[in-house]
Amino acid sequence: MKYIDDTVVMKRMKSRLKFNVVWKTIFLLATLLALLTLVILLVRIVSQGAGYLNVDFFNNFGSRFADKAGIKAALIGSVYLMLIIAPVSMILGVGTALYLEEYAKKNKFTAFIQMNISNLAGVPSIVFGLLGLTIFVRMLMLGKSLLAAGFTMSLLILPVIIVASQEAIRAVPKEQREASYGMGATKWQTITRVVLPAAVPGILTGSILALSRAVGETAPLVVLGIPVILQFLPDGLLSQFTTLPLQIYDWAKRPQEAFQFVASAGIIVLMILLVIMNSIAIFIRNKFQKRY
Amino acid sequence: MVELKNVNNKTNNKETVKIKTPSQLVGESSILVEKNSVFNTKNFNLWYGDHHALKDINLDIKENEVTAIIGPSGCGKSTYIKALNRMVELVPIVKTAGEINYRGRNILDTSYEVEELRTRVGMVFQKPNPFPKSIYDNIAYGPRIHGIKNKKILDEIVEKSLRGAAIWDEVKDRLNQNAFGLSGGQQQRICIARCLAIEPDVILMDEPTSALDPISTLKVEELVQELKDNYSIIIVTHNMQQAARISDKTAFFLNGEVVEFDQTDKIFSTPKDQRTEDYISGRFG
Repeated sequence: MKYIDDTVVMKRMKSRLKFNVVWKTIFLLATLLALLTLVILLVRIVSQGAGYLNVDFFNNFGSRFADKAGIKAALIGSVYLMLIIAPVSMILGVGTALYLEEYAKKNKFTAFIQMNISNLAGVPSIVFGLLGLTIFVRMLMLGKSLLAAGFTMSLLILPVIIVASQEAIRAVPKEQREASYGMGATKWQTITRVVLPAAVPGILTGSILALSRAVGETAPLVVLGIPVILQFLPDGLLSQFTTLPLQIYDWAKRPQEAFQFVASAGIIVLMILLVIMNSIAIFIRNKFQKRY
Repeated sequence: MVELKNVNNKTNNKETVKIKTPSQLVGESSILVEKNSVFNTKNFNLWYGDHHALKDINLDIKENEVTAIIGPSGCGKSTYIKALNRMVELVPIVKTAGEINYRGRNILDTSYEVEELRTRVGMVFQKPNPFPKSIYDNIAYGPRIHGIKNKKILDEIVEKSLRGAAIWDEVKDRLNQNAFGLSGGQQQRICIARCLAIEPDVILMDEPTSALDPISTLKVEELVQELKDNYSIIIVTHNMQQAARISDKTAFFLNGEVVEFDQTDKIFSTPKDQRTEDYISGRFG
C-alpha cells in the first residue's frame, strides 16, 4: 500500500505554491524597504550638500559662517587617526588571533578569553570612550590627542579584527598545515609561509571593514573631549585634532539652516571615504582569496 | 621470491626482484645478513582521550622495503603511521606510551625534536595537499625551510625531485604555474616530489591513492616500486590488492592491535590468523 495519496497531494499543491509566493513577496518587500530608505537618504543628502562641495570646502577650516566653513581639519584628522588605528589594531588583533588559533592550548582559560573577546565586540562604543578617557587621556596623560583617540579606537575595533582574523586563519585547511609540518617546518615557518599568505585576504577584509567603522564613530571621541572645530592641522601624535563625524555632528546641531547643507556636504565626503574603503576590502577579497 | 628479498641486504636487493627464487633456497636464507631496522616499535600504546586507539604495537620495519598496513576503517592504521612522524600530536588529546625507535633512537623521547624527525621521515597524505603556490615553490618549500637559499641548488633539487616522482616531463615547461591547476593524480605526485625534496630516509604514505582515479593510482604504485630502492616506504592502504601488488611486508591491524605481520605473499596466501583470512577474503571490513 502507498502511504502518500496522490489526490491529497494534488489538492494541497495549489495552496502550497501560493504560500511559497506569499513568503517570497514578503522577503522582497523587506529588501526593497531597506533599499528605498537608503535611496531617499542619499538623494536628500546629495541634493542638499552637493552645492557646497567645491575646492574651498576642502581648503577651509571650520567657521561661524556657513559659506566659509570647510572640512580640511576634519578630513586630515580622520586620515591621521586611521593611520594610527590601522597598525595598532592590526598588529594587536592579528597577533592575538594567531596566538589563540595556532599556539594556545584549547582549555578553559582560552575559552574564557574567547568568550570575552566576543562579548567585547558587543560593548557600546561610548563605554570604550570612557575607558580611553580614564586610561589614555588621564592616567597616561596623553591628553585629547591623536594618540589617545587612536588607541581608544583601536581597542574599540580590536575584538572585530580578532574575530575576523581568527575566522580567516581557521579557514586555512588543516591539510595545508600538515603538509608544512610534515616536512619539518616549525610553527613559525608554517604560520609565515602557509597560514598567513592564505589568511591575509580575510584578515585585511575584516580589518578594513572594522577600520571603516572606526572612521565613522563619534561617541567615544565626544567622551574623550575631542574638539569639534579646529583652526589648524594636527602636527604630531600628541597634537589636538578633529574628525569628520564630529565636524558633521557639530554642523548638524547648529540652528542656522545653511549649516544643514554644510553638514550634508560633510556626510557626502565621509560616505565617499567609507565607500572607497569598503571597495578596497571587496577588491582584496575577490582578487586574493584562495580557494581550496 | 619475497622470502629471499627479506634476508638479502640492500645492495643486491634490486637483482632479487628480477630473479624468481626457488623455494628451496628459503632454508638457507637465515644465514644471510638481516636488513637494518628503520622503525622498531615496542609495546606502543596510544590513547585519544579515553579511547585506547593502539594497543601494545610491536612492529619491526626494515629499510628499503615497502611495508603495507591494512585493516578496516577505525583499526588504527592511520593513527599508527602518523605516530611514526609524531604528526598524531597535532590532535591535542593524544597520549602515548611505549617506544618507537627510529634508527635506534626513541622518537617519543622529549629530547627528540619533531622538526628533526620529520626531515628524515617524510609524509604523503591521503588527499593531495599541494600549497597554492607554483609547482617550483611547492617542491622548493622543504629545502627552503631548512635554509637552502642558493637558486642553483634549489633548481637542481626541484628537477631531481620531480624526476624522482616521475612527473618532470609533464610539468617541466610550467614550473611557475600554480600546482592547483594540475589533476588530482599529478597533484599527488607533486606532493611525493615535495616529500622527496627534503631527501628523507623513510616515506610514510597515508592512503595516497584513495582520492585518485585508477590510472593515477597505477602511476603512484609504479612510483612506489621505484622509490623503494632508495627509501623505506610505509604505506597505509584500504585496498588489499594494492597492498598485495606493491608491498614486501604487510601488517594487518584490527581494533588497534597488530593481528599479523609477515611477508606480503604469506599474509595473502597462508595467513596464520583466522581474522586475517576473514579480512583478506572480504568476509568483513
